[in-house]
Amino acid sequence: MQYLLTSICSLCMVYSGWFIDRLLGKEKRGKWLTSGVLLLTLALVATLPVYGTSYAPILMTTIILYIILAVSWTMFSGPTGYMSLATAAFFGVGIYTAAFMAGDFPPPVFILVGGAASFILALGVGALTLRLRGIYFAIFTFGLVELIRHVLAFIELHVTGTRGRFVFGVDNETIFYYMLGVFVLLMITAYFLNRSKFGLALRSIGEYEAAAAHTGVNVTMVKIVTFAVSAFFMGAVGAIWATKLHYVDPGIAFNPLFTFIPVLMAIFGGMGLLYGPIIGAAFFTLLKEFLTTTLAKYGLGELYMLFFGVILVAAILFMPNGVVGVIQRLTQKWRKGGPVEEHADT
Amino acid sequence: MQILEGEGVTKYFGGLAAVSKVDFSVTKGEVFGLIGPNGAGKTTLFNLISGAFAPKPGVIKFRGEKISGLSPHKICRRGVARTFQDVRVFANMPALQNVLLGSLFGTPTGMSEAEANKRAIELLDFVGLSAMKDIPAGGLTLVNQKRVEVARALATRAELLMLDELMAGLNPTETAEAMELVTRIRKRGVTIFMIEHVMKAIMGVCDRIMVLHHGEKIAEGTPKEIATSKKVIEVYLGE
Repeated sequence: MQYLLTSICSLCMVYSGWFIDRLLGKEKRGKWLTSGVLLLTLALVATLPVYGTSYAPILMTTIILYIILAVSWTMFSGPTGYMSLATAAFFGVGIYTAAFMAGDFPPPVFILVGGAASFILALGVGALTLRLRGIYFAIFTFGLVELIRHVLAFIELHVTGTRGRFVFGVDNETIFYYMLGVFVLLMITAYFLNRSKFGLALRSIGEYEAAAAHTGVNVTMVKIVTFAVSAFFMGAVGAIWATKLHYVDPGIAFNPLFTFIPVLMAIFGGMGLLYGPIIGAAFFTLLKEFLTTTLAKYGLGELYMLFFGVILVAAILFMPNGVVGVIQRLTQKWRKGGPVEEHADT
Repeated sequence: MQILEGEGVTKYFGGLAAVSKVDFSVTKGEVFGLIGPNGAGKTTLFNLISGAFAPKPGVIKFRGEKISGLSPHKICRRGVARTFQDVRVFANMPALQNVLLGSLFGTPTGMSEAEANKRAIELLDFVGLSAMKDIPAGGLTLVNQKRVEVARALATRAELLMLDELMAGLNPTETAEAMELVTRIRKRGVTIFMIEHVMKAIMGVCDRIMVLHHGEKIAEGTPKEIATSKKVIEVYLGE
């Protein structure tokens, strides 16, 4: 039951991504109909706690978390081609911000502060590292995750003498709504980013950075700002996620899996369009849930990563442009095939 | 009036002087040619002017103001635009968006998106590509990709246009069209600084020519002077 409900809600989120892709593609046909469907699907997701099992919103929160991480990662790394492995760093900064602030401040405050802290960190890191290209940038950003984790662990061990922190909890339903709220904000941001001239500049950087610079694009500024905006969302969801964890330590908050899993999801779904990473995130989160609960019966719960690995290898081999690429190919075939069939009918 | 001046412009790559103590000046409104054998430092000199790297030592001035040391996008916005020897279009973006990028980001004062769009369309028309505005630039032929680059550079309201081997790889008809394009750009009031290997072309359109050899300036003068210079003939044909 919960799989069915959360799958339907995930499809609704995919739909919202597809809707924005359509708007960006200047597709005007059926605009009112599709926006009506969009509102309906969002309402369906938003009312999940009302009609779903008590576990459904909890699972859905995890799905939305990964959707946000995958989409915000793609926001920067997709068009520019800079492979950032710092997701876990920004996510962890959000988590620790909430760990310090939750309880004393209402959620909107620490979510915003968590996002802002990651934003500022990304500005600094971006200014330092976005001159690096290719593998050097990837290694540096990954190093950032490890650096923060070890520095925090050192401080806790030698300065404050604590081990981790308790986080003031928030009830599951509230967490779900904040997560959904950040998702909507992310979609709106992605829309305006893509539509604006800023988005055009971003794409030109991915295509030919030197040519973009010589055509008047302030490439460093565009890269740093986009990097920071994507980090804002990672930090904001980190702050929300923290309230679900109740206890955090550097190892939990700066877990490198939060870097790699969203990348894997985005690659699987396809990075060219907005709904690609959403498909990837929803698919893998549901699959993980299914595998861990099923395998756990045999005491093999942690083996799910093995399946992830096999699926990813197969995906890269057989669908280099992700699920989105496959869908595009199929629709093209269908459109080409369409008129022929009509002809046969008449 | 001198629009572009270089004093003692030098650039070392490791121990090798790619460009060595070159003095030059380009007069407003002229077509200024730059020739030299392969590896003479021509493209390096363009890279120094457009800000890909800074001369060390040496100073480059544009309209009397120092531009050496500025980042490429700032130099572009001052009014110096360029094309590339290894054509660098944004392959997956439609031709129009390629040009639009120039008018949106490269102009000195900036302009509204509607104005920028209008200018991009006008320039695509100017280079003869209005029929192909929606085709991704990577799908165009070499000559058309070069035209996209020229339109993109002009869209920045450049006062100085640097063309890096515009005619390389073109057939005789295309070369003639490219020469005609250079003349039309000049009529728009844009000063042109061009690197070229096609001798007929450069002798035909340039007012003055500078010759580089092993990073050093060995000659400068009118096409006629260059064609008869003993030093230049030695460099090109051997002794």
